[in-house]
Amino acid sequence: MSLYASGNQTVGPYLHIGLDWLTTRDIAARGAKGERVAIEGRLLDGEGVGVSDGLVEIWQANSHGKYAHPEDQQKKPLERGFRGFGRIPTDDQGAFRFTTVKPGRVPGPGATLQAPHLVVAVFMRGMLKHLATRIYFPDEPSNAEDPLLKLVPPARRATLIAKHKAKAVLEWNIVLQGKNETVFFDF
Amino acid sequence: MNKRAATKRGELPRYRSFHPGTQPEYSYPPYASTQKRCPTQPLVVAPQTLSELTGPVFGYGDIKPTDNDLTRQHRGEPIGERIVVSGRVLDENGKAVPHTLVEVWQANSSGRYPHRTDQHDAPLDPNFSGAGRTMTDAEGRYRFVSIRPGEYPWRNHYNAWRPAHIHFSLFGPAFLTRMVTQMYFPGDPLLEYDPMYNSIADQKARARLISVFDWENTVPEWALAYRFDIVLRGRDATPMER
Repeated sequence: MSLYASGNQTVGPYLHIGLDWLTTRDIAARGAKGERVAIEGRLLDGEGVGVSDGLVEIWQANSHGKYAHPEDQQKKPLERGFRGFGRIPTDDQGAFRFTTVKPGRVPGPGATLQAPHLVVAVFMRGMLKHLATRIYFPDEPSNAEDPLLKLVPPARRATLIAKHKAKAVLEWNIVLQGKNETVFFDF
Repeated sequence: MNKRAATKRGELPRYRSFHPGTQPEYSYPPYASTQKRCPTQPLVVAPQTLSELTGPVFGYGDIKPTDNDLTRQHRGEPIGERIVVSGRVLDENGKAVPHTLVEVWQANSSGRYPHRTDQHDAPLDPNFSGAGRTMTDAEGRYRFVSIRPGEYPWRNHYNAWRPAHIHFSLFGPAFLTRMVTQMYFPGDPLLEYDPMYNSIADQKARARLISVFDWENTVPEWALAYRFDIVLRGRDATPMER
């Protein structure tokens, strides 16, 4: 039997009613190993205005580079209580902030290894289907050999790499249009 | 056999691309708000890696068994026509998606959301919050009890009204199966004027977002029922049995 996937539709302006119960701003519970980091930024529309009715979801491996998912068959440790999921609604200024640990490297296509990254889904009113992007880490030598970053035109790669803002705080913005428009992926 | 060999090397089967016309575009001028919020650069086509072939796993511990009844969240019962909404979550291969989280939210029977930005001049219902969630069972089935949501005006264009709808959010087994959609009601005269509904180019794909009146699940003397089956992205090949 072959079916077609149902069509996506926007979360609309009242997304919080259905989705806020699962808001998760601290992705790594106390006890999770790894380098702690806060990531903050803004979701900006084509006029540079913050999107106040948006939502960011994060999916990531733990610091060993292991996903808490049955299809990750790597012989690396899972950590109890580490789901790897974050859900962060934007505030009135379109800002979002979450804390986590830097993930370890996970395999890429073929024999490649990916640089540490977070997978991001972006939802908002005025968007009929969510967008997929990634957050990479600054000062990370493996970024140069990351199989997905390599597919991105060099001039746009910086949009996927968070910047140092303060000690253990990174800044990463989602720019929907214009100069510095964030790279979004089609998988 | 080649597919099996591929899985042996540790490569998991990929998810199929969406069928043309079955998904909305990011830029859809009739839905005015898309114009400042759609990417203007082409998306970067990328291979599906372990990062996208996995996704968050939720369990029955994340929800309460009563979270699927939107009529029992307050002291009294909400005003409106009681409905049962149920269906199956399947993948494109027709296989059930078991034990996956389903989140819903909707307006009350007068078309009003209890949200600070909803200024529609229609009454709030102190007995209705409009949010629920559940997990699909081993056969991918889910069931909600709610009240039929009302239609409501919005400011997209002159005299714009949203058809009655329930928002659905689903995860499925991977980051790539994540989906948010809306369920509509059969015979709603507003559908043909609704930019969101019409943002899906393929007429058949659009119509699949309309629930079906469901005699079988009506509860005599108590509630009417609607059936809404949801299909998530499916894989090119079945993963190797372990």
